[in-house]
Amino acid sequence: MNAIHQLVVAALVVVGGFFLLVGTVGLIRFPDVYNRMHASSKAATLGTSSMLLAVFVYYGPEGAGLTSLVGIVFLFVTAPTGAHLISRSAQKMGVPFYGQEAEWPEEPDESRSD
Amino acid sequence: MASEAPLLQPVVTGGLILVAALTLFAGYRVIKGPTVPDRVVALDTIGTNVVAIAALFALATGEGLFVTVSLVLAIIGFISTIAVSQYVVEGDIIE
Repeated sequence: MNAIHQLVVAALVVVGGFFLLVGTVGLIRFPDVYNRMHASSKAATLGTSSMLLAVFVYYGPEGAGLTSLVGIVFLFVTAPTGAHLISRSAQKMGVPFYGQEAEWPEEPDESRSD
Repeated sequence: MASEAPLLQPVVTGGLILVAALTLFAGYRVIKGPTVPDRVVALDTIGTNVVAIAALFALATGEGLFVTVSLVLAIIGFISTIAVSQYVVEGDIIE
C-alpha cells in the first residue's frame, strides 16, 4: 500500500482517538448524569465511527470494509436510542439536575400519565 | 501488516494504547458513579471503546475477522443497555 493510503488511515485513527479522548474526559469531568450521557453519546460514537472508517479505507469496499460500514450505520442508529433510554430512566428514577434553573417544560395535560 | 505498512504501525499502536487507557479511566465512573444511570452510561462508553479497540486490532494484525467481532460487541452493548435501563425503572425486564 502506498504512502497516501497509509496517511489517510493514520489521520482517521488520530481523529478517532481525539474524539474518544474528549468523550471520556467529558464522562469523567461533567457534573450530571445527563451531561455525561451527552458527552459519551456524541463524542465516543463519533470517535468509534472514525476508527471504523479507517478500517473501511484500509480494507476497501468489500469483505471487512463492508462489515465496518454496517458497523458505522448500526452505531449511528443505536447510540442515540440507548442514550435516550438511559436519560429517560434516570428522569423516572428522580435523578436531579445540576443547577437550579433547569426545568422540564410544563405538563400540558394532567390526565396523560405518560 | 508491519512489513507492508511501516508508516501506519506506530500510529495504530499508539491509538491502541490511548483507547485502552481511556477505557480504564472510564472504569473510574463505573466505580465512583453516584447513581445507577451514571454506571450504565459509563458501561455503555466502555462498550463503545471496546468496539474501537477491536477495529484498531483489525488494523494492527491485518485480520479482517476482528471487524465482525467489533460489530457483535456493538450489538451486545446496545441490547445490554436497553435491558439495564428497563430493569432500573420497571424492576424486571420481561414481565
